[in-house]
Amino acid sequence: MKPFDYQRADDADSAIATVSGDPEARYIGGGTNLVDHMKLGITEPGKLVDITRLPYDSVEALPGGGVRIGATVRNSDLAASHVIRQRYPVLAQALLAGASGQLRNLATTGGNLLQRTRCSYFQDTSTPCNKREPGTGCSALEGWNRYHAVLGASEHCVATNPSDMAVALAALDATVLVRGQEGQRRIPVTELHRLPGDEPERETVLEHGELITAVELPAPSESSRSTYRKVRDRASYAFALVSVAAVVEVSEGAISHARIALGGLAHKPWRATAAEEALRGAPATEETFRNAAEAELAEARALRDNAFKIPMTRNTLSAVLRELTRQEGA
Amino acid sequence: MTDVSNSGKLGEPLERLDGPAKVTGTARYAFEQPVDDPLYLHPLQADIARGRVVRIDTSPAEALSGVHTVLTHENAESLSSRVDVELAVLQSPEIGYRGQVIGAVVADTQEIAAHAAGLVEVTYERHPHDTVFRSDDEIVYTPDGSNPMIGEDLDRGDVDEALAAAEYAVDATYTTPAEYNNPMEPHATIAVWESAELTLYDSNQGSYTVRDMIAPTLGMDPQRVHVFAPHVGGGFGSKGVPHAHVMLAALAARKLEGRPVKCALSRRQMFSLVGYRPPTRQRVRLGADSAGRLTATEHSALEQTARVKEYAEQSASAARNMYVSANRRITNELAVLDVPVPTWMRAPGEAGGMYALETAMDEMALTCGVDPVEFRVRNEPERAPESGLPFSSRNLVSCLRQGAEMFGWNDRDPEPGVRRENGWLSGTGVAAATFPSFSIPGSKATIGYEPGGYYRVEIGAVDLGTGSRTALSQIAAEALEVPVEAVRLHLGSTEQPRASIAGGSSGTASWGSTIVQAAREFRAEHGAEPAEGAETTAEAAANPAAGEYAMNAYGAQFAEVAVNADSGEIRVPRMLGVFAAGRIVNARTARSQFLGGMTMGLSMALHEHGVLDGRFGHVVNHDLAGYHVAGNADVGSVEVSWLDEHDPHVNPMGIKGIGEIGIVGVAAAIGNAARHATGIRVRELPLTPEKFLI
Repeated sequence: MKPFDYQRADDADSAIATVSGDPEARYIGGGTNLVDHMKLGITEPGKLVDITRLPYDSVEALPGGGVRIGATVRNSDLAASHVIRQRYPVLAQALLAGASGQLRNLATTGGNLLQRTRCSYFQDTSTPCNKREPGTGCSALEGWNRYHAVLGASEHCVATNPSDMAVALAALDATVLVRGQEGQRRIPVTELHRLPGDEPERETVLEHGELITAVELPAPSESSRSTYRKVRDRASYAFALVSVAAVVEVSEGAISHARIALGGLAHKPWRATAAEEALRGAPATEETFRNAAEAELAEARALRDNAFKIPMTRNTLSAVLRELTRQEGA
Repeated sequence: MTDVSNSGKLGEPLERLDGPAKVTGTARYAFEQPVDDPLYLHPLQADIARGRVVRIDTSPAEALSGVHTVLTHENAESLSSRVDVELAVLQSPEIGYRGQVIGAVVADTQEIAAHAAGLVEVTYERHPHDTVFRSDDEIVYTPDGSNPMIGEDLDRGDVDEALAAAEYAVDATYTTPAEYNNPMEPHATIAVWESAELTLYDSNQGSYTVRDMIAPTLGMDPQRVHVFAPHVGGGFGSKGVPHAHVMLAALAARKLEGRPVKCALSRRQMFSLVGYRPPTRQRVRLGADSAGRLTATEHSALEQTARVKEYAEQSASAARNMYVSANRRITNELAVLDVPVPTWMRAPGEAGGMYALETAMDEMALTCGVDPVEFRVRNEPERAPESGLPFSSRNLVSCLRQGAEMFGWNDRDPEPGVRRENGWLSGTGVAAATFPSFSIPGSKATIGYEPGGYYRVEIGAVDLGTGSRTALSQIAAEALEVPVEAVRLHLGSTEQPRASIAGGSSGTASWGSTIVQAAREFRAEHGAEPAEGAETTAEAAANPAAGEYAMNAYGAQFAEVAVNADSGEIRVPRMLGVFAAGRIVNARTARSQFLGGMTMGLSMALHEHGVLDGRFGHVVNHDLAGYHVAGNADVGSVEVSWLDEHDPHVNPMGIKGIGEIGIVGVAAAIGNAARHATGIRVRELPLTPEKFLI
C-alpha cells in the first residue's frame, strides 16, 4: 500500500474544498471497498478525508411521507430502521442481502452507492482492465465472465455494479443529494451511475470533490407491495448472479403500477422500464410476467459464461411478480 | 456425579485441552511468536506463466526508507540442493508458472515491504505457456505411480468383454475443478538465525518434515534446524511440506543475521504458492448383470500436474477395492501444464475419485432399477478385490443400513422431480465413503515421571486444530492407566522426539501407537510406581498385521437437497454421515472432525472452483470473495454418527484415522440427491444454479 495522508472532516464545506482541490484526495466512509483497493494497488490516493463524523448519520421522516437517509448511515442501521422496515421492505431486504454482518456494520449509504465492480480482472493489477487503466483492454470480455453484464455493456467493459441497496433504491425512485463547491444538486438514483460506453473508468456522473450527503425516498403508496429477491451462488455473502427489486400495485386483478430494478446484469442498477411498460394495466398472469421479462431481456447479450443469466432473470422476475400479485389468502 | 467432559477415558468427549487458550486468544500461532526486532518479508511473484526474468530492477524498492534487502535470483545464495524446485527458490531466472517466487522484499514493516514490492521493475522474456487442463495427447502421460505410493495401473480380467456382455451398463465422464485448501490460518513463518542455527516458527503439519526438507536444501546438519509449530489453524494438506515462503524467510534471515524475518502469505499468494487439489476428468464405466451385481468396473482418471514438479493425485484408487467386480481396469494419467504445483488436499484421491465412482454407482442403481443403498449392499466384496486380503474390518453395509434407518431413507419414493413445496424441488441421495487406515512407522515418544506426580509425554507431533493434543493425552492416560489429569503432553516441535507427518489421517494412529509402546516400556522398566525422574523413550514396533489385512475406514453419506424451480439455486437442508472408523478416541473432537469433513464436502459439492484463465495462466478468483467456501447459511442440519467398531488388527488402540473420510462421498450424495430432486444429472462440480435451470 502506498503511504497516504489522512484527515478527519469536521464540516462538509472544508471536506469538499480539500478533496476538490486535490486530484489525489478521496473521501472515505466505511472503507470496506476503498481500503481493499488501496491494499491491492487498484487505487492509490494521496490523501483520505474521513467523512464519518459529518452530521449525515440519521434517517429522518420528511413532510409528505418520504424519508431522508443520511449518507453516513451504516447499512446495518438502515436495515434495522423501523421506518425503512415498515414502509420500504424492499430496501431493508436488499441491505440484508448484501455483504456480511461485519461489512454492513461499517459500510455507509453513500459508500454503498459508490462501491466499484468486483470484476476479477479489475481487482487484479496484473491483468489488463479498461476501467482501472483506460486503453489497456477488457480482460473479462473473453475471459471469466460468469458474473458479468448481459445488458448495457460495451466492448470496453462488461462489468456489473455489485450493490444490492442501489437496486432497491432504483425501484423506489430514490433521489441522491450531492454537494460540491458549486452548491447542491439532486440526482435521480437511476441517473447516478453510468453505462460503460467508451469511458468505463467513469462509473457515476459525480465530479471529483462532489460529496453525497443523503438519499431521499418518496412516500410509498399504501397499496403497493415490494420485495427484493437475490439469486446467488452461496446462501449468504455472495454477489448477485441476478437480483430483482420490485414495487407493485394490483387493482382488480390487473397491475396498476410496477417499478422494477434488476441487479447483477449491468454496469448500473438496471431500471426495467420495458418490463414496467408491459405490465402496466395487464392482468396478473404468468403470461404477463413472462412477456414483461422477455420485453426487458430482448436486448440482452450473453458472454461466454453468463448466458444463464437471461433465463435466470426471466424466471426470477416472473417468480417475484407472482409472489407480489398473489391475492392474500389465495 | 461424574463430569463426563472432564473424564479422559478413551472414547469420552474430553474438552480440548487447548480450548480455553484458543478462545481467549492466548494460544500463539506461528506468526504471533514473540521475537526481538523482527523484519517483514513480502514475496515477489512472476506475472507470466513461462519464460525468464531478463532484468529485475530493485533499486526503487531499495531506495525506500525501511527496506533492508531485496532478494532476487541475482543475489540469492546458491543452495546445496535443488531437488525440490518449490524450495530451491531464486536459483535461476527461469519461470515455470505464474505466481512463482522471483524475489522477496524485507523491510521494517509489512506495509513498507508490500509497498516496496510494487516498486520492483521486472522485465521478462515471455515464452508460450500452456495452462488449460484437457485430455490432449501432447500433454498427457502415465506416471510411474501415484500418491501416496500406489503402483501402476490395474487391469484384471477382460473389462471390454464384460461390458459388452453386461445386462446393464453405465459410461459417464465426471469433472472436478481445482480446489484450494484455504486453511483458516494462512501459511506463516518466522525464521531466526543465531550462531549458525536456524529456528523456524512455522505453521505446518510436521515439524520434522520441515526440518528434513529445509536442512539439506540449505546444506545444514538437521540438528541445527529447530522447528516449532505449537498451534496450527488447519492445513488440509497444504502445510504437509514446506513451500517457497519458508525458504525465502530462511534465506533472508541468514542474509540479515540477527534480525528475525517474518512472512505471512496473503490469501492471494496462497493460490499459487501452497498447492491445491488438481482438476480431474474421470471416466467411469460399469457393467452389471441382471441381478444388479457388478461384472465390470473401469475408472480412468486424468489429473493436472505441474511441469516444474510432478504431483500424481490418485483419483481412481478407491475403485480398486470398493466393490465386487471380476473385471476391473484402473488407470491414472496426468496432464502436465505450466501451472503452480498441486498437492494434497483433504482426502486426495478419494474426495474427487469417490465423487465420480459414487455418482456412477447411483446411475447404475437407477439403470438396474435397484435402490441405491441396496445396490451397494449387493456389491459388497468379501475380501479386498485387488489384493485378495481379508479386511481388518469393513462395516460399510452396517453404515448404509443404520444410516438409511436414521435418515428415513426406507420410505423414499425413487421417482425424480415430484416433490415440490413453495417453489423448491426436494430429493435425497446416498453415497459411500472410504479412506485407508494408514500408520506411518518411525515415530518416537518419551515418557518421564515428574515431581508433582505427573507423567510428561513428549512426541514431536502436531495439532492442526483437530484435537491431537487432547486425543493423545487420552491415549497416554489409558496406556499408563492414570487419569488424564496426570498426563502433561508436549508436542509441536523438533524439541520433542521425532514424529511422522500429520497426513493421510495417520497422525493419531501412528503417534498413539508410539505412545502406547512407550507407556508399555516405561511400565516394564519403571513399574507402576516409578521414581521421580524415571524416563523411557520408545519407538512403535511395526504392525505385525500389516500386509495381512486390507485396512480402511468406511462410511455412508446421506443428503437432502432442495433446488429452486425458478432460479436453480441449490440448498442442502440436511446431511447425515454414519462412519465405521474403529475405536473413537474422543467423541467430541471426532464429531467435529467428521462434521468439518462433511461441511467441506458440501462446500466442494456446491461452491469450490478455482477458475483458471488460460491467457494469463492464473486462477482469477484468487481470494475468498471470488473463491467461494460454504458459509454458515449454506450449512443446514449435519448429523454425525458412528458404529462401535472393534478392529484388532489396525493398531494396539484399534483406531482408524478420521481426518479425511468425512469429506469423501459428500459431493456424490448431494449430486445424487439433486438428481432425485430435479431429474437433472450433473456430472461436473461444483453444482451451481445454472446447471439446474430449466
